[in-house]
Amino acid sequence: MNVPAMRAIYKFEMARTGRTLMQSIISPVISTSLYFVVFGAAIGARIQQVEGISYGAFIVPGLIMLSLLTQSISNASFGIYFPRFTGTIYELLSAPVSYLEIVVSYVGAAATKSMILGIIILATAGLFVPLKIAHPVWMIVFLVLTAVTFSLFGFIIGIWADGFEKLQLVPLLIVTPLTFLGGSFYSIDMLPPFWQTVTLFNPVVYLISGFRWSFYEIADVNVAVSLGMTALFLTVFLAIVAWIFTTGYRLKA
Amino acid sequence: MWRRINSAARKGTGPGRGDPSAERSGARQAVIAVSNVSKAYAAGFKALKNVNLDIRRGEIFALLGPNGAGKTTLISIVCGIVNATEGNVLVDGHDIVADYRAARQLIGLVPQELTTDAFESVWATVSFSRGLFGKSANPAHIEKVLKDLSLWDKKDSKVMTLSGGMKRRLLIAKALSHEPNILFLDEPTAGVDVNLRRDMWQLVRSLREAGVTIILTTHYIDEAEEMADRIGVISKGEIILVEDKIELMQKLGKKHLTLQLQHPLVELPAALAAYDLQLANGGTELTYTYDTQSERTGIVPLLDRLSDAGIVFKDLQTTQSSLEDIFVSLVKDAP
Repeated sequence: MNVPAMRAIYKFEMARTGRTLMQSIISPVISTSLYFVVFGAAIGARIQQVEGISYGAFIVPGLIMLSLLTQSISNASFGIYFPRFTGTIYELLSAPVSYLEIVVSYVGAAATKSMILGIIILATAGLFVPLKIAHPVWMIVFLVLTAVTFSLFGFIIGIWADGFEKLQLVPLLIVTPLTFLGGSFYSIDMLPPFWQTVTLFNPVVYLISGFRWSFYEIADVNVAVSLGMTALFLTVFLAIVAWIFTTGYRLKA
Repeated sequence: MWRRINSAARKGTGPGRGDPSAERSGARQAVIAVSNVSKAYAAGFKALKNVNLDIRRGEIFALLGPNGAGKTTLISIVCGIVNATEGNVLVDGHDIVADYRAARQLIGLVPQELTTDAFESVWATVSFSRGLFGKSANPAHIEKVLKDLSLWDKKDSKVMTLSGGMKRRLLIAKALSHEPNILFLDEPTAGVDVNLRRDMWQLVRSLREAGVTIILTTHYIDEAEEMADRIGVISKGEIILVEDKIELMQKLGKKHLTLQLQHPLVELPAALAAYDLQLANGGTELTYTYDTQSERTGIVPLLDRLSDAGIVFKDLQTTQSSLEDIFVSLVKDAP
């Protein structure tokens, strides 16, 4: 195990976060605060409680998930795409590091960053609505699993992308819509029966539902199913990353 | 002028070091053994065709070849950046695929392109390289490398603020950060000014004195002529020659004897037809080309025959073909 290399990559990626503090931390916090103002205060005041929870509090897990997913993807995809773009990837490929060490370091740094962000958003939410976390350990489990899983997804996108626009493509066109339609701002029960079934094909539903359960013990789908689906995504993304490194896809000619 | 790399600092690192007898016996031993390596890119282009090459421990090996000959592909395969389609490579006995950690730890690579982390500081990026190669932090070594390369006063500067020459030196510093035994320099002096080139040559020599094996690719023949112990020529993906530089110059080097004639000649007398002669400058210059390796140069009989033919010369000079001439003729004749 090349621990110094893993430490070097992790430190390097975290230093990048420090340099881009404004766009990394502050802008998601501001946009989340705006969501609270718009959905929580302005619209939420006209919506009844959802399953006994005030609407403002109800959307907190979904908002954290929204940031966690998009930030995990963008952190990890940018982290590996940038060395490919500038050419500095030569150093990584010629270093005595295993593929596993590379993935753990990049994904670990991206996941750390998005988890920090998630916790900051949680704290910000605490300023707007009274918070209650019924199962803090499970909350952390969902937070970590989701951050790692979607950082892996981001890593895959960063290797697949051959331009900056493609980096933005998946988060903007797929992840954000799926998150909005995955129950961030509503309970699936509020939908007509047909759309409830359709929604179950949205993988993000399971993440948000499980995460919300850890807060309020209310869930759209069974918690075990949520956990199983998260583990399934993790496995699928790990398999794709393993394939990338075995074949050298977009990394090695 | 950059400082010379302190050879004492490098003693005791790597196999064979610090033991004079081992160094002597290992001097001719291959530190890199490339066997039957071929590379075909996905588009079908065959960049390397069955390349076999041994690099000796402690030598400066210059790999010459025109653009697209396969120099960078070969280096990239040894360093692990490109996968070989066939064949294998051993670095100090370690297979570059099966035992990649041990192989790569020994190698430092200075790439051809100035690829740097623009937003990092000089100190951070060089320290990062050391960590990446599995070495624990050693600020004293990083300081020494930066001082050797005249980058110490820039240690806190962002890489994007450095000049092209400084970036080139930074890439060398990154490659040296983990104290490699083998250094690849892929066209290290491409696009650098004369002073920087000379400084780089000096650095390469001092690294060699410290026991580092150096493989450099270059377009500049004078660079290979100046620096290399051995020379390999690659053309269209094939190694067409590997030779000791001095032997190569002797073997393939031609000499020219140029005579400044007193009176211009319209044509060569038939009696001189057996000699490789050429008239130039309106018949006032007669050039005789001869092989330095042949037993007899034929100069004395030629001069006798000129005298017999009544051709008088007022001055003469000899010149030897450069490595560049040899290279051009080799690459031109390559299949």
